[in-house]
Amino acid sequence: MTMNRRTLLKSASAASLVLAAPGIVGRARANDTIKLAAILDQSGGLDLLGRPMLAATKMAVDEINAAGGLNGAEVELISYDPQTTIQFYTQFATQAAAGDRADVVHAGITSASREAIRPLLNRYQSLYFYNTLYEGGVCDMNNFCTGSTPAQTVEKLVPFAMERFGKKVYVVAADYNYGQITAQWVKKYVEDNGGETVDIEFFPLDVSNFGPSIQKIQAAKPDFVMSALVGAAHISFYRQYASAGLTTEIPLASTTFALGGEHLLVSPEAAEGMLLAYGYFEEIDTPANAEFVEKLRASSSEEIPYIGETTARSYEGVMLWAEAVKKAGTKDRMAVIDALRSPVSFDGPSGTMTIEPKTNHALQNVYIGEIKNQKIEIIEEFEAQPPADTLLVCDLDENPNQSTFYFENGLAAAGIE
Amino acid sequence: MDYAAVIVLQVAYGIANLALIGLGLAIIFGMMRVINLAHGEFLMLGGYTVVVATNNGVNLWFAMLILAPVVVGLIGVVVERVLIRFLYGRMVDTLLATWGLSLFLIGLVTTIFGPTTTTTVSPPVGALKIGDFFTSGYELFLIAVTLALFALVYAVLKFTKLGLLARGTMQRADMAAALGVSTSTIYMITFGLGAAVAGLAGALLAPITGVVPTIGAAYIAKAFITVISGGAAILAGTASAAALLGFINQAITFITGPTVGEVALLVAAIVLLRLLPTGITGRFFRRGL
Repeated sequence: MTMNRRTLLKSASAASLVLAAPGIVGRARANDTIKLAAILDQSGGLDLLGRPMLAATKMAVDEINAAGGLNGAEVELISYDPQTTIQFYTQFATQAAAGDRADVVHAGITSASREAIRPLLNRYQSLYFYNTLYEGGVCDMNNFCTGSTPAQTVEKLVPFAMERFGKKVYVVAADYNYGQITAQWVKKYVEDNGGETVDIEFFPLDVSNFGPSIQKIQAAKPDFVMSALVGAAHISFYRQYASAGLTTEIPLASTTFALGGEHLLVSPEAAEGMLLAYGYFEEIDTPANAEFVEKLRASSSEEIPYIGETTARSYEGVMLWAEAVKKAGTKDRMAVIDALRSPVSFDGPSGTMTIEPKTNHALQNVYIGEIKNQKIEIIEEFEAQPPADTLLVCDLDENPNQSTFYFENGLAAAGIE
Repeated sequence: MDYAAVIVLQVAYGIANLALIGLGLAIIFGMMRVINLAHGEFLMLGGYTVVVATNNGVNLWFAMLILAPVVVGLIGVVVERVLIRFLYGRMVDTLLATWGLSLFLIGLVTTIFGPTTTTTVSPPVGALKIGDFFTSGYELFLIAVTLALFALVYAVLKFTKLGLLARGTMQRADMAAALGVSTSTIYMITFGLGAAVAGLAGALLAPITGVVPTIGAAYIAKAFITVISGGAAILAGTASAAALLGFINQAITFITGPTVGEVALLVAAIVLLRLLPTGITGRFFRRGL
């Protein structure tokens, strides 16, 4: 057979039609399902948090489908593993939004990953849920942040710890935006409550030798140490603090410890008596939570040592979205956003969660817990706390066309330099 | 006064920590010219050996000081036989191969033990009180062990037949072979020894840093910086580079904070290598070992 340019073009176009056909058929069928994309680290340093988060997301989708789906359509979960690498986040978010045409994307653990994909999902007009506690300040019509922010947790934890231990506070924090901003909030709340922040120290994420700082803490003689340390290397701080015998001398409070079950990873004496504040603890004593904990452990293929806020919130985030899709009666993005902001509520393992429409964050219960022999005892509960920090800078009712991350997150608005 | 004492102790510990992390690499990279990017994972495996052993009721001291180096040393021998022995003299290839090995070991350990591991081993030495200050007795113990370990490696390399054969083989493998030395065996043993020292270091650090599969990343850069700054004489080089960099790191950390302290360590290493491209022992202690 002779092949000239014309026949080549013909055969090529015929071939491409054949190749494209399954794609067209596939797209037609896809209209019957609602697509939920999850981009959560399943490997690399953040898998500690990412794996149970995906397990909870899966469970939420399974529950929705078992109850007949949303508006008669089944929810399809598409999951990607960004491997704790930011460039994979942008790659998979593009794939989810442009390739899979996902109706909603639940993604991101660190603020860096969120900021990598948030503008991208805006551009593709894919609804975005971020279910991790963070430093606050996202003001974006398309992005719902369901995790707790410093105004919800730090504001409660600081006065409680000062009441119990005393007014001189030493802050140790991770050296990136979460730690930096959280430390400033701690300082503000310490001052608001008539205390004194004696020093703030920041640690790069790979520092694992805390000896000099432990001596500096002793020299400063604070009443307690507030920790916003993050990651595997920073767990060493608690071990070294305990090995110098300080856990009983100068008590600890933290906004980050135990989120991934760290209190089970260190020896009991290293964490004894530490105070914590989150929007969720596995130990919450309600029937709804008991059922959630039991079902999650049963449904997960791997062992989940501790169910922290990020895990529970991944489940609740999907459920909040599902409530809105039901309420809107469609999976159409703007209709779902309007329904979410109407606002929707969900009674979940952490209690009642309601979307706060000015910020697209959540009104949520906040709990203070104390670690006692590797268990967390809940000592105080605050209902329906607003994201007061983000509210200082963000009003989506007033100005709906926003997709900003107020990096300083209302620190200036709160009077902090 | 007591504050000064604990600061001096901390500086000494910072130096010992760098020396301990770097020594295994000094043998594998400094002596054998194998760019071992899996060094951090050898430390990690040492830590895991301790955790698994103590969880199964093995005495902590035995697990740390005997079991970990033996286990990691054997792993090192296997690695050398399967992978490294084909790559001697091809430094860039060893870099790629050991990087792959590093990813493989992280993946393997994650698959077996999961992304986190309960490390409830407490340091077996209690806290010390110096004046008004508490300090970790275990850190003192680590300083002593590091000194002993350097003395031991020095003695093995300097005074035993094995050490002589190893040094000779590393200098001129062809000449050693012509004199009847089985260089292949010497390479295997030396690599195993380097891995064993790394395993011991990882085991000793496990009680105060904990272990996760990715913990190697926290060690690898510092280990390489120490060994490269040290230069050709592996023991004198590693020790002197650790002393200089550890002192700068800890002193600056005390004065300013850990972020600047880490930066100061890196800047010091860069300046050092600009002034002394062959490392400290390229100019000083040249007859050292």
